[in-house]
Amino acid sequence: MNFFIISLIKAGIVAAVLMTTLAYLQWVERKVIAHIQLRIGPYRVGPHGLLQPLADVVKLLTKEDLVPSHVNKFFYLAAPIISVALALTSISVIPFGPEIEVFGVRTYLQLTDLNIGVLVLLAISGVSVYGVALAGWSSNNKYALLGALRASAQMISYELPLALAVASPLLLFNTLSLREIVDAQAGYSFGFIARWAIFQGPLPQIISFIIFLIAAFAETNRIPFDLPEAENELVAGFHTEYSSMKFAAFFMAEYANMVTICALATTLFLGGWHPPFPVEFGSNYIPSALFALCGAVALYHALHPARPKDRFTLPVFAVVFFAIALAIAVPALNPILAPLFWFAAKTGFLLFLFIWVRGTLPRFRYDQLMRFTWAFLFPVSIVHLFATALAVALFTR
Amino acid sequence: MDAILFLIFAAIAVACAINLVVQKHPITSALSLVGVMGALAVIYLLLGAEFIAAAQLIVYAGAIMVLFVFVIMLLNAGEEKKPARPSWFAKILGVPLVIAVLGLLNFFVQHGSPDSTITFGEYTGTAKDVGRALFTTYLLPFEITSVLILVAILGAVVLARKEMD
Repeated sequence: MNFFIISLIKAGIVAAVLMTTLAYLQWVERKVIAHIQLRIGPYRVGPHGLLQPLADVVKLLTKEDLVPSHVNKFFYLAAPIISVALALTSISVIPFGPEIEVFGVRTYLQLTDLNIGVLVLLAISGVSVYGVALAGWSSNNKYALLGALRASAQMISYELPLALAVASPLLLFNTLSLREIVDAQAGYSFGFIARWAIFQGPLPQIISFIIFLIAAFAETNRIPFDLPEAENELVAGFHTEYSSMKFAAFFMAEYANMVTICALATTLFLGGWHPPFPVEFGSNYIPSALFALCGAVALYHALHPARPKDRFTLPVFAVVFFAIALAIAVPALNPILAPLFWFAAKTGFLLFLFIWVRGTLPRFRYDQLMRFTWAFLFPVSIVHLFATALAVALFTR
Repeated sequence: MDAILFLIFAAIAVACAINLVVQKHPITSALSLVGVMGALAVIYLLLGAEFIAAAQLIVYAGAIMVLFVFVIMLLNAGEEKKPARPSWFAKILGVPLVIAVLGLLNFFVQHGSPDSTITFGEYTGTAKDVGRALFTTYLLPFEITSVLILVAILGAVVLARKEMD
C-alpha cells in the first residue's frame, strides 16, 4: 500500500513539474529566439510575459475544435492522443536524483527503474512515429501527407545512428537500467575529472554524444531538421488540419520529446545528477552561489531599469532567486536539491542548445538530410561503436 | 493479477488479429497488426522476458510496421474491393482446412509433453542472458540468419537499382 501512495505522489509531482516545464519552455524559447534576433519577445502578459503560457493555454482551450469533413475520423482523433501519451510516458524511467529520505520514507528520485530502461525509451521513440504518420494520413490533405511521409522517413533513418550512439556508452556501463548507468558515472578519476561517459576511459564518448545530439534534433523534428513542418513548402506539415487542443497536443508532444531526449542525454553522457567536480572542492555551494549571483544581477538591473516597469518586477525576481539560493544552502534540503539542480542544469543547458541552434541555423534540404544520415552519420556511429567495443575489450578487466 | 492481465492482452491480440483480416483498408489492417505486436510484447513481459518484449516493440512495432505503414501511405492504397462471390476454391477447401487447423491445435494442446506448462515470470530473459545464448549456444543459427537478411537486403538493392546506361 505504501508503495502505491509513494508512487502516486511521485507521479503527481513529476506530472505537475513536467507540464509546467513544457508550458514555460515555450516562453523560454520565444524569449531566447527574440533576444537572438534583437527583439524583446513576449512582454505584455504579466511581468516580462511570464503569464504568456497561461494565456496561450486558455486561448487554445477556448478555440473552436474543428474536425474537417474529409478526414478519417477515428485516426484523426487518435493521432494526437497517441503522440502526446507516448511523449509523456517516456519521462517515467528518467532518474532525477539519488535515493532520498523524506519524513522517514526512503525513495529514489525516479518514477520507476526498469532493467531495460534504455530500451523502453528507444521503443517509445520508435512507436511514436505512428502519431505523426497517422495525423498526416488521416487528414486527407496533400501537405499533411507529405509532411507525415517526411517525418516518418526522417525518424526511421535517424533512429539508427541514435540507437548506435546510445549503444557505445552502454558498453562502458554494462547495464541497461538508467539508475545503474548514473551510478556507474559516479566518482572522479585523478580526484577531480568527473567520470561521466564523455570523460570516462577507456574511450571518452564525446563522438557518440555529438552523434546522439544530431540524431536527437532530427528525432524531435527541430530546426535544422524540421523538414516535416517546413512552412514555406508544406503549410504546417502533418498537423495542418488540426486546431485547438489537438494542435496543442502535438505541440506538447514535441516539447515533451525534447525534454525527454535532453534528460536521456544527460543521464547517458553527462553523468545524470552527479556534480561536475567533487563535493570536497565545494560543488554543493555552486547552486546557491549561482542563484545568489542571478539575484544580484536582477537587483543591479532594477537600479538601472531599461524600462520603467523593471524597477518593480526585477526586485521581486531577485527575492525569488535569493530564496532559492537559501533553500539549496539549508543543510537538510541540500542533499535533495543539489542533485536536482545539477540534473536540471545539464538538461536545461541541452534544451538551451536546441533553442540556440533554432535561432542560428537554416533548414537543410531534404536530400541533404537523408544523405547526411545514411552516408555519414550511420557509418561514423558504427565505426565508433566498434572502436568503443575494442577499447572496452582491451583495457577493462 | 498475472492471469487477468494475460487474459486481457491475449483477448486484445486475438481481437486485433481478427480485425486485421476483416478490415478492408490496408492502413487499418497494418495498425491492427501493430496492436497484435504490442499485446504480444506485454505477454512476453508477463513471462519475464523483458528484453524480448522491448525488442518486439522496437523491431516489429517501431521499425517493420512503420515501414509497412509508410509504403501504404506512399502508394496511397485505397480500400480493397471485395470480390462479388467467393471463389470455388475457397468454397470447397475453406471449411475442411479450418477444421484441420483446429484439430491440429487441439491435438497439440491435449498431447503436449507434460512438462511443457509455463508459469508467469518463469524466464529471466535479461539482455545479458539473451546475448550470451545468441553468441554461444545459438551462434550458428544466429550467423546464418544474419547472412540471410544480408542476402535479402542485397536482393532489394539489386531490384531497386536504376539501370545505368
